Amino acid sequence: MGIVVFPGSNCDRDMLHVLSDVFKFDAKLFWHQDRLPKNLDAVVLPGGFTYGDRLRAGVIASHSPIISDIKKMAEKGLPVLGVCNGFQILVETGILPGVLLKNDSLQFMCKWTELIVKNNKTPFTNKLKMNQRIAIPIANGEGRYYVDNKTLESLKKNNQIVFQYTEKINGSSDRIAGVCNKEKNVVGMMPHPERASEQLINPKNSGTTSKIFESLMISIGAA
Amino acid sequence: MPSFRVHVIIENKPGISDPEGETILRDLVLKKSHDSVSKIRSAKMLKFEIKASDNRTAEKKVLKLCNDLRIYNPLVSQVTLETFAL
Repeated sequence: MGIVVFPGSNCDRDMLHVLSDVFKFDAKLFWHQDRLPKNLDAVVLPGGFTYGDRLRAGVIASHSPIISDIKKMAEKGLPVLGVCNGFQILVETGILPGVLLKNDSLQFMCKWTELIVKNNKTPFTNKLKMNQRIAIPIANGEGRYYVDNKTLESLKKNNQIVFQYTEKINGSSDRIAGVCNKEKNVVGMMPHPERASEQLINPKNSGTTSKIFESLMISIGAA
Repeated sequence: MPSFRVHVIIENKPGISDPEGETILRDLVLKKSHDSVSKIRSAKMLKFEIKASDNRTAEKKVLKLCNDLRIYNPLVSQVTLETFAL
């Protein structure tokens, strides 16, 4: 399992802790200028503020050398997860559709939210039930997912909406919190599952949020 | 070779909301009774200095670079270029 570290990533070690210590994956950090080994089962792009969000969140990191290996993994059908800034990078590379704009409040939002599972056939949601609700925090300034109406219809048709917020929180199209590619192996989400998968730090219900990583264990045959 | 300055103005497309411009209009300009102002759109401007054979080539090079490197996101933003001889 690989976790990519870009200049300005800041959730990489949280992700490493959760993957290695909580879910016992063999996880390793990879610098954005390195190559990814060919035998990786999955890769995670963690949250943070790559390049200080300069120009636009995720756009500079989307030109990093490691992106070509991530594209190859995505094309091979291997699980790829982008969380928060990782999601912003995945849309800027074009691997995932849409774009993340500034929240309509123009404020950095850091709060617990509730998500509804809209697709439980991805490598990160196969242990969740359709329409199940999960507690999970967000922490972003550019988290308003936007797609035009035509693309939104195609996302619905292809079951590419993975998570929706239960409430309108930031102006996202159709309350979207996470999407996947057409093939369903690449998932991007603004909320942080690595901050919600341990009982000690989840005041609501870590058991359901943990299923994101438990799903990944099943996907790579580790469970 | 002559030098040019190319201003690249990046703004949201007309149909995409611009909360920053709306806030400046609603909470500052209109509150101070400047009622004749009807709309404000915020934008980001990058100033490129570039060597090129002429004005048109300079602008063309910068526009290509903006498209190739996704300096603006074509899904939601548009760019306007203004070129000046230095």
